[in-house]
Amino acid sequence: MATQHSRTSARIMVAPAVFVLLVWMLVPLCMTLYFSFADYRPLRATFDAWIGFDNYVSFLTSDSFLSSVGVTLQMVAGILCITIGGGVVLALLLDQPMFGQGIVRILVIAPFFVMPTVSALVWKNMFFNVDNGLFSYLWRFFGAQPYDFLSQAPLFSIIVIVAWQWLPFATLILLTAVQSLSSEQLEAAEMDGAPPLSRFWHIILPHLSRAITVVILIQTIFLLSIFAEIFVTTNGAFGTRTLTYLVYQRVLESQNIGLGSAGGIVAVILANVVAIFLMRIVGKNLDN
Amino acid sequence: MILKSALWGSAAGVCLAAGLATIATAEEITIATVNNGDMVRMQALSPAWEEQTGNTINWVVLEENVLRQNVTTDISTGGGQYDVMTIGTYEAPIWGANDWLVSLNDGMADDWNADDLLPAIRGGLTVDGTLVAAPFYGESSMVMYRRDLMEAAGLEMPEAPTWQFIREAAAAMTDRDADINGICARGKAGWGENMAFLTAMSNSFGARWFDMDWTAQFDSPEWAETLTFYLEMMAESGPAGAANNGFNENLTLFQQGKCGMWIDATVAASFVTNPEDSTVADQVGFALAPDTGLGKRGNWLWAWSLAIPASSDKQEIAKDFISWATGPGYTTLVAENEGWANVPPGTRQSLYDNAEYLAAAPFAQMTLDSINSADPTAPSVQEVPYTGVQFVAIPEFAGIATQVGQQFSDALAGNMTAEEALAAAQTLTTEEMEAAGY
Amino acid sequence: MARAISTPKKIMWTALAWGVGLLIFFPILWTFLTSFKTEATAISDPPVWFLFDWTTENYSDVLARSNYPLALMNSIIIAVGSTLLGIVIAVPAAWAMAFVPGKRTKDVLMWMLSTKMLPAVGVLYPLVLIAKYLNVYDSRIMLIVVLMLINLPIIVWMLYTYFREIPGEILEAARMDGASLGKEIIYVLTPMALPGIASTILLNIILAWNEAFWTILLTTVDAAPLTKFIASFSAPEGLFYAKLSAASIMAIAPIIVMGWFSQKQLVRGLTFGAVK
Repeated sequence: MATQHSRTSARIMVAPAVFVLLVWMLVPLCMTLYFSFADYRPLRATFDAWIGFDNYVSFLTSDSFLSSVGVTLQMVAGILCITIGGGVVLALLLDQPMFGQGIVRILVIAPFFVMPTVSALVWKNMFFNVDNGLFSYLWRFFGAQPYDFLSQAPLFSIIVIVAWQWLPFATLILLTAVQSLSSEQLEAAEMDGAPPLSRFWHIILPHLSRAITVVILIQTIFLLSIFAEIFVTTNGAFGTRTLTYLVYQRVLESQNIGLGSAGGIVAVILANVVAIFLMRIVGKNLDN
Repeated sequence: MILKSALWGSAAGVCLAAGLATIATAEEITIATVNNGDMVRMQALSPAWEEQTGNTINWVVLEENVLRQNVTTDISTGGGQYDVMTIGTYEAPIWGANDWLVSLNDGMADDWNADDLLPAIRGGLTVDGTLVAAPFYGESSMVMYRRDLMEAAGLEMPEAPTWQFIREAAAAMTDRDADINGICARGKAGWGENMAFLTAMSNSFGARWFDMDWTAQFDSPEWAETLTFYLEMMAESGPAGAANNGFNENLTLFQQGKCGMWIDATVAASFVTNPEDSTVADQVGFALAPDTGLGKRGNWLWAWSLAIPASSDKQEIAKDFISWATGPGYTTLVAENEGWANVPPGTRQSLYDNAEYLAAAPFAQMTLDSINSADPTAPSVQEVPYTGVQFVAIPEFAGIATQVGQQFSDALAGNMTAEEALAAAQTLTTEEMEAAGY
Repeated sequence: MARAISTPKKIMWTALAWGVGLLIFFPILWTFLTSFKTEATAISDPPVWFLFDWTTENYSDVLARSNYPLALMNSIIIAVGSTLLGIVIAVPAAWAMAFVPGKRTKDVLMWMLSTKMLPAVGVLYPLVLIAKYLNVYDSRIMLIVVLMLINLPIIVWMLYTYFREIPGEILEAARMDGASLGKEIIYVLTPMALPGIASTILLNIILAWNEAFWTILLTTVDAAPLTKFIASFSAPEGLFYAKLSAASIMAIAPIIVMGWFSQKQLVRGLTFGAVK
């Protein structure tokens, strides 16, 4: 169907998007690359345009680098587990016949509309706070010692906050996938006397696999750059410093633009490694 | 219903704002400030200045950390977005040394008397004889305590307590079943949070950040003593979530009657004695920050100040505003509107000579004594190459101290020992200082 | 699934689903309730639910202290503007990639998505310097462009997967009838793609509305949206839960209301063509 003519016009149509993204990618990125080889510390009024790979060496060899990569991966993995697990359960639940389905659906979607800063503030102050948070009242109500979530289980706390925001997203995607599952197939399985668990395992889950990959793909992209939730809750303390947060500390707290830029470049490279890895999986799943 | 009317109101507001946006006024200044009580009050009273001068103000009121991000990015790139910035005593000398701030030595209003400023505060904002920022309010730290609980524990607070006394008194006051913690202190990680407290505390234990060769000193016995004492005291008598408590959290705890003692900024005195917010307003006593008998007390020195970035093109108007906001006239204005107890404290001697203020503010003398006893040029018992009481006035400090603070906060949460935290602090400080070329 | 279901079973599912739904919604509900309390009630022990003296004082305080209308307007302009600009650029690109796929199409798609992984803070200084150089710091146009660029990959992806569901035969038939490329897009493709475009718009408005890094650091006054408005209430001296709640509700209410009205379209769009 593709003629030479339509191919040319197709190229012209793709061009603007590619062009603006190229500019977006290249101009700041080239500047970052340039800074990453410089000793640029504005508070000292220092600018030395070329110091070789010093920034990279000190960024990569500091203890904080490896641990931040580990934290990032744990956080992303934790959030993905909760949102996908919870999303599948919620999607199946919302698919059941019930009264007021529309309203329930709205209730479930709502967290997705809340700004990350706001949700982090709300969770931190009104739920996790050990003296005045709701969880503490709950704990005390059952006679337990209040638990200090943010310092005892900091990573978990942040995972909960972010998962709460992204659960609606996963649920929505999975819900539509569940709804498209043909009921004949399910009924046939039911007739055959397949127990619910095996029906879930052999029919529903395979059907959802494509939707699940989409959730993983999109969420990972957003989750790799989590910032506001950490900034508001722990400020990177208690081992919650992700790679993005480490770069933030270098750039804005230490005001060492050179070092931070090197960190930024490292983060871009690592993110692209993850991206390529993801594309391999997703690309296959999206092909059919 | 209320939400609905709020929405309607905002919709109407949008139209209004769209209409107003087309009327451009020539004399408009942009002021960045922190969302503390005194600053919000300044914002509320500023129409008086606007009417007086015909100029208008764009307010950018932000939470402390976000404010710092914004103004630091702006000043270091010469952004020129702000005409007046709110900065602290940490930033002032560093930015001043880079010639980023306009000199306030001249051009201020006639009644704005620089000689009236408290010497310690003025000194902290002066770079090579040039005043680079005008103090809006100054603070030191002191002990605030519950007189009733102290009495119930059978103790009496001396005017100038020792750390040992504080620790014993805290243990005696603590009653965890009644939700009363003997001591509240900062534990939240950050150079302006737990590290402000701990650095000031370490001064009184004879510790220092760096020796005269700029070598980090976290491996010294003095630091070990400081941190161990702090951790043990907080474990015995501190609140449950101490590692997340900053100024705000502790203030709320104290106001709710959950703290026996609280060592923090003197500016908190007016909040804890305000019966509208505080359930313990009539039971609060004050004492100087503790010491260990070595000759230095564990109190800090800070002043939120207004400065004009050199990139501003409305420096004259900005000076006029600063003269108004930090001058004696503003003090009177606040006193008339909100009462003397709410006047921004800690910047001018004349305020502490004012009988009306002394009568309205029971904490006035203690605040003045605390401020006067802090010496940024010789903060520790030992000799140091830096200035600053609870900070080290070098650009690298904020980044380093926040990371050190995270180690100490982790230790307070029980995730590591004092030795581990100090070792980590020593390593990372040494690394960063080497990278900075010391 | 139109299976006959007994009423007791339906009631059971209803109870369960409502329970879970309310649990998930609870933080927002609690913020809403807290915003009408006094500061003392907000942290009272035990917590109070509905039986307190409802007050709108927090809202009037927040309104008095900040320029909410301007922030709201900026949020709307920036979110809608960046989304529409993105759509204009993305529709032709997605169309071409969906219907005239070349050898490189998939690589281009992957590459686009990978630009999304640039950590924002890494390019903060470059971007601030560029903004200053072009004299567009603190302008809405700057934010519109930046947010458009951040979300463009997502827009292209959504539209691409959506367009791919449109059967190619219809287009060929149109072409046989001698429709030009422009006409093909306007009269044939657009009506079929409209629901997908609508949901893409919705999702991206939400994403742009919630973006809280660039919107805070590239603005001062004129272009400052609601994210910056929130930053002035987040950690003042003292824990003002009630005021913070009021400000939070004011910041999220418009987008939640919009989201609720359009949730059906949103559900369609978010599927990314995952459903077949």
